[in-house]
Amino acid sequence: MRFNSLLDSVGQTPLIGLPTLSPSADVRLWAKLEERNPTGSVKDRAVLSMVNQAECDGTLQPGATLLEPTSGNTGIALAMIAKLRGYQLVCVLPENTSPERTSLLTMWGARVIYSSAVGGSNEAVRVAKVLAAENPDWVMLYQYGNPANAQAHYDTTGPELLADLPTLTHFVAGLGTTGTLMGVGRYLREQRPEVKIVAAEPRYGELVYGLRNLDEGFVPEIYDESLLTSRFSVGARDAIRRTRELLDLEGIFAGFSTGAILHAALGLAEKAKRAGERADIAFIVCDGGWKYLSSGAYEGSLDDAESALEGQLWA
Amino acid sequence: MPVEVRVPTILRPLTGGAKVVTARGETLAAVVADLDGTYPGIGERLLDDSGLRRFVNIYINDEDVRFLAGLQTKVADQDSITILPAVAGG
Repeated sequence: MRFNSLLDSVGQTPLIGLPTLSPSADVRLWAKLEERNPTGSVKDRAVLSMVNQAECDGTLQPGATLLEPTSGNTGIALAMIAKLRGYQLVCVLPENTSPERTSLLTMWGARVIYSSAVGGSNEAVRVAKVLAAENPDWVMLYQYGNPANAQAHYDTTGPELLADLPTLTHFVAGLGTTGTLMGVGRYLREQRPEVKIVAAEPRYGELVYGLRNLDEGFVPEIYDESLLTSRFSVGARDAIRRTRELLDLEGIFAGFSTGAILHAALGLAEKAKRAGERADIAFIVCDGGWKYLSSGAYEGSLDDAESALEGQLWA
Repeated sequence: MPVEVRVPTILRPLTGGAKVVTARGETLAAVVADLDGTYPGIGERLLDDSGLRRFVNIYINDEDVRFLAGLQTKVADQDSITILPAVAGG
């Protein structure tokens, strides 16, 4: 495949069948390999869409400084695109994220401001909003509230899935900004109203939920729960176990958020098999495992791996 | 029919610091009412006039109750209930 530039190659990722993990010939699992995007994650789609939109509507002027709260992948995608398009970037990154994320961000020229581990991404959002108010000339694309985030998946991920798998019955993805699920969900609801749209939400260690009061909770502005069929919470242990199974049985080296998604997908597969129903379950491989190798959670006992991720934003 | 309820850090001042408590009830609403009887004040932290508070998520066996039957979701013996504040990802 030939492209005129790296950014032209975003999307069009492969959909890979999982012959070993699929429970039967009638109940099949399919992995959409989003780590094949230029910076190695699904976020390239959303970020490119948000930058293009902001350039189009004049929000983003040449030489501008971008600001974004991110636990990693969005910032990394934005750092690469900002570099190519001539913008500065300031990322607010929770301090309980893997060191590889900081390395990648700084490698592409972003300035990293850390937010406290307590409160996780909620705290990064809060700090970024303070910085945005203090620096009115900075442009915050704000992935949690930017419709262009979900639109990327409505325009690309959704149509790609249906073109590759017209018999799709379930779509499973992670729930962070909710952009992937909202965009693909809206597209599939229009095209195949009977398709089940399922969210797998990482359940982190307690530190991440260390809010001072419940009113500090956070629901992304772009989230519309009416697009989802169900939503599962998946802890680190199940996420690690499934990430390892995906590697051992199908050869796919993914990050832990993918393990959480696979856990939900396998639950749906089991349910379909028990009910004697046909199912084609597609799920998102958000990123590769490279950025998480330093966690040590790919080897050793599950207990050790689980403690290694305790308190970390592993998805 | 006792069920286990996992309580987030932020609500533990109400449960005397306990991380996991037990409660009874045939529906989630009944379980919350039972919890509020044992730990007065917890009900109002979870619910408002419209039902489950916006920044509170409750899961029965890891499934978000908003996609089940909400507060009317049936609770069975040995079910595990988890309460968590809503947080951002990404």
